[in-house]
Amino acid sequence: MAEQPTALERFVQGILPENPVYRQLLGMCPTLAVTNGMKPAMTMACSVAFVLLCANVVTSLIRGLLKPHLRIVVFTLTIATFVTIADRVLAAYLYQMSKTLGPYIPLIIVNCLIICRCEVCASKQNVFTAASDAVGQSIGFGLALASIAAVRELLGTGGLFGIPILPAVWPDWVIMVLPPGAFITLGLLLGCVNWIEMRRGANAGN
Amino acid sequence: MDDTTSEKRERFQNNNLLQAWLVLTLALIFGISLAGVQAALGPKIEANKIKETMEKVPEVVLGLEAAQKLAASGETLNIQSRIIEVSKKNKKKFYTVYEAKFQDNSVAGWVAKAGGQGYADKIELLVGIDALAENITGLFILDQKETPGLGNKISDTAWRDQFIDKPATNPLVVVKDKSQGASNIDAISGATISSVSVCGIINQTISDIRPELSSTKKD
Repeated sequence: MAEQPTALERFVQGILPENPVYRQLLGMCPTLAVTNGMKPAMTMACSVAFVLLCANVVTSLIRGLLKPHLRIVVFTLTIATFVTIADRVLAAYLYQMSKTLGPYIPLIIVNCLIICRCEVCASKQNVFTAASDAVGQSIGFGLALASIAAVRELLGTGGLFGIPILPAVWPDWVIMVLPPGAFITLGLLLGCVNWIEMRRGANAGN
Repeated sequence: MDDTTSEKRERFQNNNLLQAWLVLTLALIFGISLAGVQAALGPKIEANKIKETMEKVPEVVLGLEAAQKLAASGETLNIQSRIIEVSKKNKKKFYTVYEAKFQDNSVAGWVAKAGGQGYADKIELLVGIDALAENITGLFILDQKETPGLGNKISDTAWRDQFIDKPATNPLVVVKDKSQGASNIDAISGATISSVSVCGIINQTISDIRPELSSTKKD
């Protein structure tokens, strides 16, 4: 069996080399749905980080007890529990934000990113490695959401975090905050990331 | 003899319930912790919902300016909620109506909470009616999931302000040509269905509860 990456490698990989959105194409649902503004995108990134960290730690703690054919049930159960906690906490302390995010917080349960990290890392490695993997992947996910949300909110409303930045003459490109804007932005940014990767690969080959 | 014991043991180990012991234990632990979270946060979430409604009642009844003036003068409206039951065609409908009274016990107006299907999902709103139940005093959208950039303009103050002082005695009419009329509401361009839905919910609510309110007024 191939040697597993160390905690540090897991952490670094999550941020850019194995970025959940740009390299693994995981967690597309929130990536497209809640990136019409920086505030909802960051709330979503924090909720995912909380769920991912808790789910990875719990899965890693019970990894010795897991049975191969029952592991997915255990993952889902663990993830669902922490998502429900996150949902309730948001409704209690950030009521307006929880109304804005609507069904997308409960939908973290089926976010492939989290179940993928439980399967790939947490169910095979110790708690420390699993936790640093979760933190690295969460930072990567947060950065990806921030990049898409920044483009969409800036072009769509002329501001960031609800604060106007572009001059008032900017004609707000409403399509950027609508669903098509999510696909356009994600496609273009993905293309950019792939282009940069290909150039880096070509340079390394020379 | 040995065969049967090992067979028994194998059957015991393959028992579904036994294999699922981890799932069952985790479900129990997680269930208990979720019950704890709900017990701790449930009242706060419920309070958030009621607080939002209560905060909006003075604005919907008096208008934003008058409500701010009242708040600045340190006075508050006494708000009491009650349920109005309307039976139509063997169906019973329930409306939560907030009665807002000034300190001297005169009625400032009523606010009804209503909901109905919008373009995308259910729209929940508050509609204010004056003390005589003759005019609409305001509208506030509590919850909507209409199209961002188009239908969600039903929450904008500019659009909602049209409803102020419209007669409650006649149903509202949605128009697209900005024509003036006592009961005319200008539709949001690109979101006619959302506009029609909101007016429909208001018309239905007012026609259902107005007889009830007019009768209480005389008491």
